[in-house]
Amino acid sequence: MTNYLVRRCGQAVVLMLLVSVIGFGILHLAPGGPLSQYVLSSNMSQEDIDRITRQLGLDRPFLLQYADWLARMVTGDWGQSYRDGLPVLAKIATHIGPTLEIMLASTVIAALLGGVIGMRAAVRRHSLTDLLATGGAMIALSIPTFWFALMAIYLFSIELGWLPSGNRSTIGDGSPGDVLHHMIAPVMVLALVETAVWAQFMRASMLDTLGQDYIRTARAKGLRERVVIRAHALRNALLPMITLVGLQFPTLLGGALVTETVFSWPGMGRLFLDSLEYRDYPVVMGILMLSALMVMAGSLLADLLYAVADPRIRMD
Amino acid sequence: MQTPSLSKRSFLKLSAAAGVAGAIGGMAAGPLRALAAGPEPRPGGQVIAGISQEPTVFNPLMPGSEYDQGIWWQLFSTLWYIDSDGTIVPDLAAELPTVANGGLSADGRIWKIRLRKGITWHDGTPFTAHDVKYTLDLINNPDFKVRNRVGHSLLRNVTVTADDELQWVLAEPFAPYMSVLSLTFIVPRHILGKADDPNTAPFNTAPVGTGPFRWGERRAGEHVLLEKNPAYHGDGPYLDRVVFRYIPDQTMLYTQFRSGEIDYLGLSGLQPAFDTEARALPDRRIVAAPAPFVEHIALNHGFAPFADKAVRQALYLAMNRKARLEAIYHGRPIETESYVPHGHWAFDDGLPKHSHDPAAAKALLDKAGWLPGADGIRQKDGVRLAFTNSTSAGSQSREQAQQLLKQDWREIGVDMTIENMPGAVIWGEFWQKSQYQSVMVASNFLQGSDPDVTPRFSSKSIPAQGGSGLNTYQYRNAEVDGLLERGTREVDQAVRRKIYQRLQQIIREDLVFLPVSQSVIVEGVKAKLTGYRPNINASSNCWNMRHWFWAA
Repeated sequence: MTNYLVRRCGQAVVLMLLVSVIGFGILHLAPGGPLSQYVLSSNMSQEDIDRITRQLGLDRPFLLQYADWLARMVTGDWGQSYRDGLPVLAKIATHIGPTLEIMLASTVIAALLGGVIGMRAAVRRHSLTDLLATGGAMIALSIPTFWFALMAIYLFSIELGWLPSGNRSTIGDGSPGDVLHHMIAPVMVLALVETAVWAQFMRASMLDTLGQDYIRTARAKGLRERVVIRAHALRNALLPMITLVGLQFPTLLGGALVTETVFSWPGMGRLFLDSLEYRDYPVVMGILMLSALMVMAGSLLADLLYAVADPRIRMD
Repeated sequence: MQTPSLSKRSFLKLSAAAGVAGAIGGMAAGPLRALAAGPEPRPGGQVIAGISQEPTVFNPLMPGSEYDQGIWWQLFSTLWYIDSDGTIVPDLAAELPTVANGGLSADGRIWKIRLRKGITWHDGTPFTAHDVKYTLDLINNPDFKVRNRVGHSLLRNVTVTADDELQWVLAEPFAPYMSVLSLTFIVPRHILGKADDPNTAPFNTAPVGTGPFRWGERRAGEHVLLEKNPAYHGDGPYLDRVVFRYIPDQTMLYTQFRSGEIDYLGLSGLQPAFDTEARALPDRRIVAAPAPFVEHIALNHGFAPFADKAVRQALYLAMNRKARLEAIYHGRPIETESYVPHGHWAFDDGLPKHSHDPAAAKALLDKAGWLPGADGIRQKDGVRLAFTNSTSAGSQSREQAQQLLKQDWREIGVDMTIENMPGAVIWGEFWQKSQYQSVMVASNFLQGSDPDVTPRFSSKSIPAQGGSGLNTYQYRNAEVDGLLERGTREVDQAVRRKIYQRLQQIIREDLVFLPVSQSVIVEGVKAKLTGYRPNINASSNCWNMRHWFWAA
């Protein structure tokens, strides 16, 4: 186990380095720069642009910039935003909370709902329930998230007036209840797509389990179907689901990005988009590295949990 | 429209004007008087302004957008500002410096500024001439990431002569400096001066100013909240607080305006697609405010075919401008032939009018030797009349306009290829170093509201040829260079008008760029929100939020 962990951590370091080189390279080699946004609105001259470029150190050779960034990054100094001068870590810290809020809430809802739907669809294979579950999941996965988001706003905010159309809180309020009220729509949208994934995965996993010899044995012993499903099949069918938590992370982050933009949710996804638009290199790199780290951690966690849940798996 | 200059006559006239006289004695009474015609101001309440880009730069001297400027107007003050009718109104200054009051030397080089007494910073510290000197010095500090130093770089011997008086000498006369100062926000010496590095000072995220509103809170990605400054030196503010709410999605921005969650939809303006519906909304006012931006097709004169004037003229003739403005922008923008906004004192309304005449365009090209090749595209000496046109990808209206232009020009045997890229790419080196062939862009050519266009058209302002400026067209004209030089040195506004009108005639005659229209920003306000007055001189129509209030 220890060897496995050390090996995985080693791999993670190499991967992070790779991500950083590619990310930093693409960002800096792409045309345009952090000041191009101000050219039109502020009438900044080339002289001004050159002066500030020099002050930001962006005129130095690429490798030097990268080495400098990397050296500071590993010591915990993630740099400062070119836009507002705030430390990158502080900026990420203020945005990660709102993202985690909607991601966690939608994951919990999706896991519970998707798990139940997938299980029922598998147990009643080819029934109307199965048809509805698989058909519904297909539709949910085929339609873009932003469409669901716009429909939710149209229906619940404009037509029915039940939910706020966006933002994380009401000005001057921001109490937990108020935030919760604002969370409903974005979480609903995120959870919808996620539920579809969980339901499909659970259905496949359950079907696979139900076809195993030990299930046939259990049934042959005369156990009631409910007991067979709950006591024997469910536990084993849930095992592959553990990996889904880790594997779903990048997809979820992508979904959150769209959802956050449509619902004006002040999360990390939107910060990433804004920073990318403004070529705010330190912030973009910070989020990129953090996301990569979280994906790797999620995947490692999934593997470890899998081993814990299924003693047959050995981590060598 | 009246606008700032160093004209002796205009200064005298301004000083005599009721608004300015009121402003000198009674702290910017002009705007209040204008308001007095409407309902009586009622104190209290808040305004939520919905904007599509997040304000992030709160030090008003650093590079920022017009979204940031919307906040600066609330937190900070300038020595004087330019009202929506073009009048210069003293703010931190007690009066405008003129030759008559001894504030300005006859040659326009020595400036003596008298400040208003009794003004305090938001933390209660008295505002003094040392703050003004500190601001000007900071702008010229080589280590400070200042936005630009236009005009300020000419400053010499900035000296504080009393707590409420200072003076300086300009290295050479620079008529637009009055206008530059109208957008130079003064920062506090007692706070920023103590910071180790003004670029990263805590002040930049918790600013302290002398403006009508104080810093409240910023929720990153959500909003910036500003509270009323009860000790404000001018009229107002009437509102208890103003909130700038960041809503990046344009559809959502409109939805929230429609649902009443935001009171003012500004800066980025209302998208044309929502125009008709928005005008039918109850209790809302939709205002089409002229903006100083001139939409045009920038042509790179370094690209061989565009060096031929006949080509530029033919492209202009073949462009069905009116149809485009009607079809895409619902006729909102104002057709123009000049880079100076309509109504500006320097505007020349005698410029030749555009006509859509493809037959004349073809004849012109035929005569110039650009003859159709086998593929129908014209060519001359082996060079095809084919070029690319670029603009920010995702700008829906412009992308539609490109399609129409492509058709217009294809009709006369010219091939235009659309090559759009993200804004950060287009407005980077591609634009600045003239790597484009043609670009669809809207620019504000003025310096503040002064018609000096040296950075735009001087042959010394071509960045691609080592110059420092914004002449990305790579346009060179000796007569233009001479006029530009005279324009900045001349102090008489009447003479300046003639200079800048001649300039407009040359630029139009040479078709340095293909003018399309003067932009109009369509903003929405709730009907009961009083005091909102668009101001072409301020970059942000939030400039006078201190005068906004809710009518009964």
